[in-house]
Amino acid sequence: MELIWQGLLEAFRLIVSGDPGVFQITWLSLQISGGATLLSLLVGIPVGMALALTRFPGRSLCIALVNTGMGLPPVVVGLFVSIFVWRSGPLGFLGLLYTPTAIVVAQFIIAAPIITGLTIAAMQQLNPRLRLQLQALGASRWQLLWLLMREARLPLLAAVMAGFGGVISEVGASMMVGGNIQGQTRVLTTATVLETGKGNFDLAIALSVILLVLTFAVNYLLTWIQQRGRTP
Amino acid sequence: MTAPILEGLDLSVLYAGQRVLDVPRVEVQAGEVLAVIGPNGAGKSTLLRVLGLLEPPTSGEVRFRGQRVVWSGPDLLIARRRFATVFQEALLCDATVEANVALGLRLRRRPPGEVSTQVHTWLARLGIAHLAKREARTLSGGEAQRTSLARAFAIRPDVLLLDEPFAALDPPTRDELLTLLQGLLRQEGFTTVFVTHDRDEALRLGDRIAVMMEGRIPQVGAPSEVFGRPVTEEIARFVGVETILPGRVTGELSGLLTVKVNGMKIEALGAAAVGERVLVCLRPEDVVIRRLDGRVGLESARNHLEGRVEDATPLGAQYRVRIACGSPVIALVTKQSFEDLSLEHGTPVVVTFKASAVHLIRR
Repeated sequence: MELIWQGLLEAFRLIVSGDPGVFQITWLSLQISGGATLLSLLVGIPVGMALALTRFPGRSLCIALVNTGMGLPPVVVGLFVSIFVWRSGPLGFLGLLYTPTAIVVAQFIIAAPIITGLTIAAMQQLNPRLRLQLQALGASRWQLLWLLMREARLPLLAAVMAGFGGVISEVGASMMVGGNIQGQTRVLTTATVLETGKGNFDLAIALSVILLVLTFAVNYLLTWIQQRGRTP
Repeated sequence: MTAPILEGLDLSVLYAGQRVLDVPRVEVQAGEVLAVIGPNGAGKSTLLRVLGLLEPPTSGEVRFRGQRVVWSGPDLLIARRRFATVFQEALLCDATVEANVALGLRLRRRPPGEVSTQVHTWLARLGIAHLAKREARTLSGGEAQRTSLARAFAIRPDVLLLDEPFAALDPPTRDELLTLLQGLLRQEGFTTVFVTHDRDEALRLGDRIAVMMEGRIPQVGAPSEVFGRPVTEEIARFVGVETILPGRVTGELSGLLTVKVNGMKIEALGAAAVGERVLVCLRPEDVVIRRLDGRVGLESARNHLEGRVEDATPLGAQYRVRIACGSPVIALVTKQSFEDLSLEHGTPVVVTFKASAVHLIRR
């Protein structure tokens, strides 16, 4: 108990004092996971909408693959991204190994299927006749897609939260492709693992609390956007 | 007759090889309400989607103001934006009533001033001005359908398409909305295609009625014609003819035909040759019943058949009475006369109807 209490106090001290090391790690985590989530949205929402709203042979297979991807173990993603960006690997010439970019790539691979899969579900839970009605009201193709997204904004924001939650909390891929290099690729989760290993429980707890607060803050913001103007 | 505003020519729609629509010609005149009636699954909604430019036919063409509709590209959107459709479900967006009514205009990028004027006009005319700021998902069925109608009217479409807009509403709400719509259509003169399976709705709104059966339109005409002179047995049944009896024309005297039906002699006005087999159609509201021992009424009627009451079904203000007179004849009797005549099972009665009330379908 004493340990946890001390950890909480240390966390408070670190946050309030604005410890540059901790601040850097937090900011990097936010940038990497935020960036990966953003990229996943740019890809996942259009792909999810396309899979939900069109019919083509092999569509079920595609959806099944996306849904499987929603449960990709981060260490597996980390392994394959490592192999690809390894110095002698197919993408080794890019020199991405142990860079924040490599972590963004790995986290993108983790978050994109989550966001795609939840977008498919979000679109499919809309009344299928709504599309016809919107077309009948004179919506162009782009207007139609925009209106459908607006109709599905609640589950779509839930998709954003799930995607971000999936990557801000993962440790395996970040560790493997980022290397947990201090000042360069060390993020909140990898730092927590390291400090725990070293027996620095107070610092590890502090980092965990910061991670939780960060996750809470981001989700609170998204929830606020989601629930605006809504009375149960 | 002027050129129709909307025409369908040789329309055919196939779903998985199954022909669900087969209409050589259908026309909608400017300013008229064309009611399309028919049983469920007859292809009415498919026809509406094709005429509303929402679904291309498998073959055939739609002409709007004489121009053949191209089923792709920007021209389709331009043409479609002259139309508005209201479906059975209100299908509102998750936003306020006001925003929903504004939607069609916003999609057309009309100036905000115009949008606001139209929205307020139509909210008021549909009697939902007080709901303007309400979230659409909190509306009752009737309020939602009013919003959906306001959204369509606000566009001021050249052609308004209505696909069973009242089918999901409770009777009082439905009646209220029907009266409101009737008034609006009369005042505004919107060209309208109105699909319904309810013949009363069709009678109230339709200037012309098209009957759909199994993907085809076997009869189009004025309501009096479709309801009074249906061309097939199926249409007759659908438009409320309850007595349909097979018989044979046995005599003709200056337009008055004698038809022999299962031993009964029925006189009818119509066009059929002696010896021809026909179906005798009689609407229940045209049949009068008196007791066999009662005083004589409706002297001018040519047909008097004796029979016995077989059964009676109460229908609110009326009773549907089945009388066995050789073949069964169905009559509608007001509750008042049903009680005055003290009809019960087996009561001997005389059914009376005019020769002009009989419609003959030639076989």
